[in-house]
Amino acid sequence: MAGMTVDKDKCVGCGLCASTCPQNAISLAGGKAAISEECVACGLCLDACRLGAIRRESGQRQQGLEQYRGILVFAEQHQGHLEDVTLELLCKAKELQRDLDCKICAVVPGRQGSHLAQTLIGHGADTVYVCPAEELDEPLEQQAADLVEQAIRRFQPEIVLFGATELGRSLAPRVAARLHTGLTADCTVLEIDREKRLLQQTRPAFGGNLMATIVCPDHRPQMATVRPGVFAKGEPEARQGEVEALPAPACQPAIQLVANQIAQRSAGIADAPVIVAVGKGIGSQKNIQYAQQLADRLGGQVGASRPLVDAGWAQYSMQVGQTGHTVAPKLYIACGISGAIQHLAGMAGAQTVVAINTDPDAPIFRVAHYAVVGDCVEVLKQLLAQLPEAPVPGGNI
Amino acid sequence: MKIIVCIKQVPSTNEVKLDPETKTIIRDGRQSVINPFDTYAMEEAVRLKEKLGGTVCALSMGIPAVERLLREAMSRGVDSALLLSDRAFAGADTLATAYTLSLGVRHLGDFDLILCGRMAIDGDTAQIGPELAEDLGIPQVTNVTAILEARKGELLCAKATDQGTQQVRVKLPALLTVAKDINMPRMASIRGVKQSLQAPLEVLSAADVQADPQRIGLKGSPTQVVRTFTPEKTVECVWLEGDTAQQAGQLAKVLLEKTQRGEDAAWQA
Repeated sequence: MAGMTVDKDKCVGCGLCASTCPQNAISLAGGKAAISEECVACGLCLDACRLGAIRRESGQRQQGLEQYRGILVFAEQHQGHLEDVTLELLCKAKELQRDLDCKICAVVPGRQGSHLAQTLIGHGADTVYVCPAEELDEPLEQQAADLVEQAIRRFQPEIVLFGATELGRSLAPRVAARLHTGLTADCTVLEIDREKRLLQQTRPAFGGNLMATIVCPDHRPQMATVRPGVFAKGEPEARQGEVEALPAPACQPAIQLVANQIAQRSAGIADAPVIVAVGKGIGSQKNIQYAQQLADRLGGQVGASRPLVDAGWAQYSMQVGQTGHTVAPKLYIACGISGAIQHLAGMAGAQTVVAINTDPDAPIFRVAHYAVVGDCVEVLKQLLAQLPEAPVPGGNI
Repeated sequence: MKIIVCIKQVPSTNEVKLDPETKTIIRDGRQSVINPFDTYAMEEAVRLKEKLGGTVCALSMGIPAVERLLREAMSRGVDSALLLSDRAFAGADTLATAYTLSLGVRHLGDFDLILCGRMAIDGDTAQIGPELAEDLGIPQVTNVTAILEARKGELLCAKATDQGTQQVRVKLPALLTVAKDINMPRMASIRGVKQSLQAPLEVLSAADVQADPQRIGLKGSPTQVVRTFTPEKTVECVWLEGDTAQQAGQLAKVLLEKTQRGEDAAWQA
């Protein structure tokens, strides 16, 4: 494959790289490693090879990278309310700022922006770019992309952060493509490599039990999205900052918001103190009733892993994980959930984790405080028999 | 209506298991399938074609073996397919992939609509759709749950947002990414399978679509994976022993303690 190359002189055909490759893309041909086009350039073989026989090709470096300094946060607001994730990003930006010694700016679309600017400044922004245009009150991606692009051209930040909300996940790639730079989705860890002044972006990879750290060395800005609830929200401080207005983007006649319905927030798993979460090990849709009974008695809610939602056994609103809800309950009871890394990323904030699973090697046990090896349906039935009946529904914790 | 639907090959299982001793990946003959989210895009494209007339072309970037999946798409109502396949495309991140797909779209000529799945189940980034729309300079609507009106040159779409739902009117050409509740994809018919064997499938290389070598594959990818690792275990775990009844008994105590209901008088009744 074009990206990774094997130095035939250095390679001794030990096969370490082949056994590490998650894509099964490396074979031994004539006593040397050969990389097929199944390769996705994940770089695992670079680490596996003890002889340094595998190399990665790199592309052209963007000119004038050094001129990019600072962190820009896209401040998402709806009906004048800032999304929590915006404040979480600002809090993280303040952490990164300690290693970078740079400014933090925020860009907020819509006429409510000037009201929100002080909150953003209190949470760490030095400058807030506002754009009080009516069409940006509930921005569509194209207009928002124009605005973010303007802010980036003005401020020239080395890092741009977005919440991985529905809007953020749609807007950020549009901006990245426009600026020809890299974007890493759904990061769970953001750190600075101080030596190289690079943002290290860590996210789950290969849909399994691996985390990958990704960098964008040769292009600016370095862009990342982060799921709501992954980072902590800091306390506001009394501090001064600047507010600067940017001109409204040209209107986009190609697309028009016709109706915007706000759904009532139902009592869901996001705020539940106790979550009884079910996975494939529950065996059948009917068996979910036992999890429901346990949740009712403990004053909690039932959550589900992604395979169950994909199978149609549970609603998407119940899904815990990277592509569902990020939750932080006091008690999390995982029933028949193996613990794919996306799932673990979604419940990492739980205080106490109980795991019930037939496979003692299941990754869920690596994060569990209490482990039961066994069939979760049988354990749930026994548990219901041994727990006292709840006098009233609803939790008291 | 001329519709292009983007398709990605993904592993059929989403689970990667590590050998705890050697830390290497255990393989169990993983099969490749069409990204499940893309099957909804495919179905929606075929339904639009059936309603309004026109053609549906499937577009993919991948290894030559993806041809099998494109044939499968054509057994389910897609008329033709274009596969962009070249060793030079390998190692592409989302930016390089979107650029490559945009070359495929340009090769196909004028179009009205591009449909994509909301995301791929292996990468979960949901970035290709918006990046492709930007590369082509067309509007996008993501997470579409229904196409409410389709008329010449314009669509009215319903989309799910974090706050509720929106209705968005978009002029064509445009790109939509679809949510999975938009439809129920059909199975392949025997007639469809027969037709798919004859249906036109074009395979083009980087040179065929005049790709800029600096913008494709690993060279065209700004992001690089520098490290992959297994998260370390950090919590102390209590393994509850005994038979199921005994385990449940111990667990009941833990749950009562953790929910602070052990001392709750009402619970003792």
